[in-house]
Amino acid sequence: MIKLNNIQRNFLVGNQTVHALDNINLTINDGEYVSVMGPSGSGKSTLLNLLGLLDSPTEGSYFLNGRNVTELDENEQAMTRNQNIGFVFQVFHLIPRLTAAENIELPLVLAGISESVRKERVHHALESMKLLDRAHHKPQELSGGQRQRVAIARATITEPSILLADEPTGNLDQKSGLNVIETLELLNQKGITLIVVTHDAALGARSTRSIGMIDGRIDSDSVDKKSANHSGNSPGESDVTHT
Amino acid sequence: MLLTRDAIQFSWQALSANTTRTFLMLLAMSIGVGSVVILTALGEGARNYVTAEFSALGTNLVIIIPGKNETSGDNPMGLIGITERDLTIDDAVALTRHPKVSRIAPLNIGGAEVAWQSRKREVSVMGTSHEFQKIRQWEVAQGKFLPKIELSRGSSVCVIGSELRNEIFGAHAALGQWLRIGDRRFRVIGVLDSEGQSMGMNVGDSVYIPVASAQALFNVPALFRIFVEVKTREAIPKVITFIKSTLKERHQGVEDVTVITQDAMLATFDRILSALTYAVAGIAAISLFVAGILIMNVMLVTVSQRTNEIGLLKSLGASSKAILNLILIEAILLSALGALVGLVLGQLGCWGIRSAFPDLPAYPPAWATIASILVALITGVLFSLLPAKKAAQLNPVIALSKR
Ligand SMILES: Nc1ncnc2c1ncn2[C@@H]1O[C@H](COP(=O)(O)OP(=O)(O)OP(=O)(O)O)[C@@H](O)[C@H]1O
Ligand SMILES: [Mg+2]
Repeated sequence: MIKLNNIQRNFLVGNQTVHALDNINLTINDGEYVSVMGPSGSGKSTLLNLLGLLDSPTEGSYFLNGRNVTELDENEQAMTRNQNIGFVFQVFHLIPRLTAAENIELPLVLAGISESVRKERVHHALESMKLLDRAHHKPQELSGGQRQRVAIARATITEPSILLADEPTGNLDQKSGLNVIETLELLNQKGITLIVVTHDAALGARSTRSIGMIDGRIDSDSVDKKSANHSGNSPGESDVTHT
Repeated sequence: MLLTRDAIQFSWQALSANTTRTFLMLLAMSIGVGSVVILTALGEGARNYVTAEFSALGTNLVIIIPGKNETSGDNPMGLIGITERDLTIDDAVALTRHPKVSRIAPLNIGGAEVAWQSRKREVSVMGTSHEFQKIRQWEVAQGKFLPKIELSRGSSVCVIGSELRNEIFGAHAALGQWLRIGDRRFRVIGVLDSEGQSMGMNVGDSVYIPVASAQALFNVPALFRIFVEVKTREAIPKVITFIKSTLKERHQGVEDVTVITQDAMLATFDRILSALTYAVAGIAAISLFVAGILIMNVMLVTVSQRTNEIGLLKSLGASSKAILNLILIEAILLSALGALVGLVLGQLGCWGIRSAFPDLPAYPPAWATIASILVALITGVLFSLLPAKKAAQLNPVIALSKR
């Protein structure tokens, strides 16, 4: 479970303070499917980076599964990213010299998992992403959709509880974008908490809960009952505070 | 925690992916290590060569050089000496009176054309005596060395080196033939077995005649050297005193010769050549330092080129320490590989030198090999610390968004 209390994230640009996140209070339950929408510069990526422990708040606290992760040291944060959080980026961020299988394997390598276990799990991941025949291809030999599926396999190889995707379809055509979204939704149906930042209203409408951001604040937080029933997930309780 | 084996493999893949960069760094490192190996092998080879040459001179040897120089001990060749008064055969004979002197041999050197039938050759002519062979410990392949005659008496016989024998006589028998040397004729009575260079003289391409004959041939009464062999090592200082006083007396009270011992020469050369070896090793080590700076630059470029990758690794759960280790391992792999290639290049170079100059035992000393590898590894790691720290401290959000 994710719980943000009075989160403030300020950037100092010159002698001006930018409030990228301004007093955010947010609770997201396990297994939710949340979309984050809002105009450019409204703080969506900043929020996602913070949730993924890539960034730390200027003020406020972040509880992940009951633990105050803002107080963890660098090492423990890295471990938490490795074990509990998966990232999917708009630009895939695959390492070009490594094959699809090796890219997927990376989080397990960083975790110090033995090679035999790694190979087994990578094989399964490739299989479920329908990428078995592309295992030994380098990223540049893959289509955009395939690359993003490799990135998703990599993000979920350590079986994290949270999957964060920042405009995962932003660099894809409509067909592959849809395929990627369906892949993410399938993972959500299997229990992962899915948080997707998107500009695409149609995409946002597919989620069970939609958070709208403006100027670093949460402007709206709605639950789409229909999708919620469909996916069988209970809607998250939201406590939005406008300041 | 990232396993060491996996870290090495990851770094290895990164190195293999950028072959130009890796090749350049390996080149820099290996040139550094290779030059340390080759230069120290040259220095050490020269030292061993000189030591061997001096040992070949025979034991308990004292050499008298005409001319006095004040720092005789530090000037083994006596090149700076100024001849006051010639060394003569009578001087040499006078030295045999000391009971601890086992043998003496005078030496005169000149160049002359030797000819037999239609074959001619310009060679060194050594005027010396029967004893010279014993002092130099040479073997005679055919016939015998110069006869035991009074030093002041000439004789029309000669002994030739093996190389000269082959050049002049070819398939013909040399013994008993009359060889023209300059404007005189000498009968060949022996062929030396010796090979190669000795103290800068080509033994094989020389002809040896009685010293009095050489004086007449070149019309030079002065001797070039007098070799004195002392019976025991302990007696050398006494004999030196005797030589000096005898010659001073014979030269109207002027001390105008330089007396050098093999030990003194050897020690001097050893000192000079050891210092030289260390000096060239030091100079070569500078190239390792330069290689280190190159590695630092290239690693800095690498880190900035791979900023995205480093951000990604952090997002996947790599700690700062893991990133630091990955970059350092890359540097260590590069340095170790560079050192290895350098060692191979160095050994190849030494082999090449030994093939080209068979007399020079150009083997790198063990300390130089070990030190060059260590210095390569240490510079590699030290100069990568800064880029590695830079990489480790990258903010993942900024690193990931860099284009
Ligand atoms: N490292 C930074 N330094 C300074 N300002 C920053 C930094 N990162 C983000 N910001 C600012 O914070 C605000 C929110 O940025 P953020 O990237 O979260 O927006 P976004 O909603 O993801 O926008 P987009 O839809 O364009 O991706 C922006 O005004 C941005 O300029
Ligand atoms: Mg963004």
